[in-house]
Amino acid sequence: MKHITILQFPGTNCDLDTKYAFEKLNCTTTIVWHKETKLPENTDLIVVPGGFSYGDYLRSGAIAQFSPIMKAVIAYANSGGKVLGICNGFQILTEIGLLPGALKRNIGLHFISKFQTLKVINNTNDFLQKCNKDEVLNIPIAHADGNYYIDEEAFKELEANEQILLRYSDEHGEPIVINGSVTSIAGVCNKTKNIFGLMPHPERALETILGSEDGIKMLEGLIA
Amino acid sequence: MTAIVNIFLKQGVLDPQGKAIHHALDAMNFEGVEDVRMGKQIILKLTSTNENDARAEVEKMAEDILANTVIEDYTIEFI
Repeated sequence: MKHITILQFPGTNCDLDTKYAFEKLNCTTTIVWHKETKLPENTDLIVVPGGFSYGDYLRSGAIAQFSPIMKAVIAYANSGGKVLGICNGFQILTEIGLLPGALKRNIGLHFISKFQTLKVINNTNDFLQKCNKDEVLNIPIAHADGNYYIDEEAFKELEANEQILLRYSDEHGEPIVINGSVTSIAGVCNKTKNIFGLMPHPERALETILGSEDGIKMLEGLIA
Repeated sequence: MTAIVNIFLKQGVLDPQGKAIHHALDAMNFEGVEDVRMGKQIILKLTSTNENDARAEVEKMAEDILANTVIEDYTIEFI
């Protein structure tokens, strides 16, 4: 049975949804408060969940990177451990430099909260291994700062290394502009493909009766 | 000594807030505005009395946390 460590900062609000999601997938979980300095020894995956850590002050995710627990998270990630950042977690992982690029204010300035279709761009990684390439998934998004930016040179590298995970698309998989992201990117991973970040919320897509269960096969990939 | 750190999105990085302000100015018939960039200003009251030392310290603050240099530039001035 896999053990999932879920970080909790002041202002995190998706920690319990994330716990629920992984327990539904038969994992055990620990929620770790940001003041801690050690991760549970049996950690198989760290999730940096969504929310508004430190009220999004300064920049989304900027202050959280200096929380005591983050040293342990960086060490875990650098030794090849798997880390998933969802929404605010994605922002934190880019701020800390574990993932390339940065997330800016949405192009229309609005907070966008709705179900959104996404196209799977690369599945040659643990996270999306249970999804098909070019498959269209239906996953909720809820963010104001999801406008992914990366400079041209780094973008080329991202594309060549198959680090682009997902793009916002219509139901046929054609990329569409949602928040101004470079080439409609919704999620990326690092070069060694053990650190993953995305703005959409797979942990909110687990039950068909609530709109979609496409989140299950995403999260399952990480615990396979 | 007081340091003022001004932080703006880099030239070439689209600034959605600046753009929205520009549209508002246009709608209010303020003519002759070519471009609007929105940034933030952080004012630091320092104990240091040596500007060179203080500049090095504030630069480190800007690089480490105040600005995200992937998308932002900053300037530092002292008053």
